[in-house]
Amino acid sequence: MRRLSAFLRDERSMNKNRPVFLDLWRIRLPITGWASILHRISGVLLVLTIPYAVYLFGLSLSGPAGFADAASRLSSGFARGLLLVLAWSFLHHLFAGIRFLMLDLGLGIDRTSARKSAWAAISAAVAVALIGWGIRP
Amino acid sequence: MSRRASGLKAWVVQRTTAVYLAGFSLYLALHLLLAPPVDYLAWRDWVARPGVSVAFLLFVPALLAHAWVGIRDVLIDYVKPIGMRVFLLALLAFALVGSGLWALQALFLLRTG
Repeated sequence: MRRLSAFLRDERSMNKNRPVFLDLWRIRLPITGWASILHRISGVLLVLTIPYAVYLFGLSLSGPAGFADAASRLSSGFARGLLLVLAWSFLHHLFAGIRFLMLDLGLGIDRTSARKSAWAAISAAVAVALIGWGIRP
Repeated sequence: MSRRASGLKAWVVQRTTAVYLAGFSLYLALHLLLAPPVDYLAWRDWVARPGVSVAFLLFVPALLAHAWVGIRDVLIDYVKPIGMRVFLLALLAFALVGSGLWALQALFLLRTG
């Protein structure tokens, strides 16, 4: 208990003294940082769509009328735009996620390879999303 | 000690679920993109195939666990006021469990109905 309270006290005073720099336009993130923050943003976007995706899943399996309803909800221009954003989110989360798993295994951990793989994950997500858009806009 | 252990557990959960989610969601996305179901019966029969059904049943808890650990990490990093953090975590837990049960209901109704 004694140690815990001492730990909390230190933690609090550290928090108070810690400098905060959040001038977003002046933070120059390295490419590996972009792969990481985009991994977070895409993850949050994907989680936010879970309830609606489940709703559409249940609707599409409820019967022929429900299937047609779900299909028409997915065919509007707004829905197609949203699907493109979600396709990018899924692909970026997938590619950057595979990259993180490789880094966990110690593969490509040196700076040059880490930068190259960050570039590869970011551009592959955009490219494959656009290819998918080309196949089924 | 318990804090470290729970952090390690979350780390392992995040990575094992990641592998399953990557595999099945990639298969699902490719299937929907390249061979989208033409009508209700085609879609229903595909989902009801034993392999696909079981894959969906596994997908639900894997996705919920992955989403929980990921969003929890994000909230811990960016939401400092403890009351707001607990509120958002509770909201997340209810939304995730609710969505998961809803998806399972759709799958079970399909199997019996």
